[in-house]
Amino acid sequence: MAERRLWFLAGAALLAACAYMGVGLRGSIWFALELRAVRLLALAQVGVAIAVSTVVFQTVTANRILTPSIMGLDALYMFGQIAMVAALGVTGFVALEPRLKFAVETAVMMALALAIFVPMLRRRYDMGLLLLAGVVMGVLFRSLASLLARVIDPNAFAVAQGASYVDFNTVRTDLVLIGLVVTLAASAIVWHKRHLLDIVALGADSAIGLGVDWTRTLAGLLLLVAALVAVSTALVGPVAFLGLLVVALAERIVGSRRHRLLLPAATLTSVVVLLGGQTILQHGLGGASTLGVVIEFVGGIVFLCMLWSVSRR
Amino acid sequence: MPKTLPAARVAVGASLVLLFLLSLGIGVDDLSIRSAAVDSAALQLLLVSRLPRTLAAILVGAGLAIAGLVMQILVRNRFVEPTTTGTDQSAALGVLAVTILFPAASIATKTVVAASAALAGTSAFLAMAHRLPPTQPFLIPLFGLIFGGVVGAAVTFIAWQFDLLQFVDVWTKGEFSGVLRGRYEMLWLVAAAVVFAWWIADRLTIASMGRDISTGLGLNYQRIVQLGLVMIAIISALGVVVVGMIPFVGLVVPNLVSRLMGDNLRAALPWVAATGSTLVLGCDILGRIIRYPYEIPVGTVLGVVGAGLFLWILFRRTDHG
Repeated sequence: MAERRLWFLAGAALLAACAYMGVGLRGSIWFALELRAVRLLALAQVGVAIAVSTVVFQTVTANRILTPSIMGLDALYMFGQIAMVAALGVTGFVALEPRLKFAVETAVMMALALAIFVPMLRRRYDMGLLLLAGVVMGVLFRSLASLLARVIDPNAFAVAQGASYVDFNTVRTDLVLIGLVVTLAASAIVWHKRHLLDIVALGADSAIGLGVDWTRTLAGLLLLVAALVAVSTALVGPVAFLGLLVVALAERIVGSRRHRLLLPAATLTSVVVLLGGQTILQHGLGGASTLGVVIEFVGGIVFLCMLWSVSRR
Repeated sequence: MPKTLPAARVAVGASLVLLFLLSLGIGVDDLSIRSAAVDSAALQLLLVSRLPRTLAAILVGAGLAIAGLVMQILVRNRFVEPTTTGTDQSAALGVLAVTILFPAASIATKTVVAASAALAGTSAFLAMAHRLPPTQPFLIPLFGLIFGGVVGAAVTFIAWQFDLLQFVDVWTKGEFSGVLRGRYEMLWLVAAAVVFAWWIADRLTIASMGRDISTGLGLNYQRIVQLGLVMIAIISALGVVVVGMIPFVGLVVPNLVSRLMGDNLRAALPWVAATGSTLVLGCDILGRIIRYPYEIPVGTVLGVVGAGLFLWILFRRTDHG
């Protein structure tokens, strides 16, 4: 039953991809197709990265309304980026090889994420406090980033400001390949550990009882999440609620939290939402770069509803 | 009564006076009080730019702190304030609507519309917040933050459709650099709102005990809630229209002051206002000197300072019981 729905989702994803490639083709067809293919690859891997990182993060924190973005992880990545500009100077930063830059940024972010979240998760704070602290930390990192940007160079703040709006139109095509490597590697590791994730989902006490080295597992999984968030943020910018939206949807569709089903379902749903949404907005409503805002709006409402139902239980 | 009290009062008062003088003196053009007395150009600079800016910071700071305090009383939760519960975003939505529908509207009209929108948004939040279970104190501020985010996304979406994103940026990023004589005078209404809050302080204190107790004590609870809401909406709307959103002031100041002075509202209120002014003025000065002669908006500085203070309050509270 659930498997059949997975196939259905896969079909929908394929359909969305075809629509993205095919709708409204004009002029030099091969040129357009090539351009679209690169963007398709970028959007698809953003979808995968967001879905997988959200599933893992929710499992690790034993909470269905948490996502890496809500906890301020993508803001952390942007802060790391600006901090590098501050350390190297604008010219030094621009001179850097983009792939090397991405690698360093990702490493910095992974280190920061570990330093902040492992102690927080180990102390087992109340979920509400954790969420609130995460949201405020997101604000803190964003403000720090824009503060730093202005301190470095009064003109650089425009760059930082531009980066704080999500833009699915101007994806960083130079990072598609390295991003693909990271996304595929991290997703493969997660897929390989899907049974371990099912155990982790039982909670710290049960998992430790079943022989899991909790702190090490926690740290390892958080590293993977950080790498995936770095990929999606580097490619399109921060997308606060997409992960929440697609994982909640996927859970409804396959009716299970088993990672064997949830991981592919969430991934496929994410690709459908991103590619389908982008196609519709681009050609139907004529406003493509608003997809991020639409997701923010709808996702925010979904989040409020979930918070509502969780707190009533 | 704690011993630190007089010392804290003297410190707040002294730093406010000191920052006031400092704020008049700092700017791209050199200006000293003595030169203003003899040089008419310097006097002009003082009266047209420096003084309005300084007064605006003081008024807005006091207003935001009081609005936060009143909000915390009405919601009965220490972790909320107008910028984190959708009030300011609703005000921005109002300004956006009036800009699109009646581009020629005056600042006063815009403020009235913004205040109405802020009132509607805050009432909606309050209605939802009262239904959330009171046993989980962190749910309400979280709910408010995301609610504000949703309203903010609506603002961005509409602004994008009408090509008004740059306008919106002005209201959503608090900044005093554009405040000149003729641009800030409406902020004196904030001072009136602060005085009004002081006048109804005792009733607010009773209202903070909840509907049942206040009604038992003979208070028209509904009326006080409405008054408080209108006051918050007016202060927020004025702030958004004249200087833009300034986050966290209403959140951290009442928490810091109540730690020192307890919850006697009438006694604490002037100090909440003064501390708010000190914080905003201090952050504005900081923004002016970090990268002199360029300026960093006060909203950005407070995003860092305020968020840091808030996290400190949050974790200190839970770690100490």
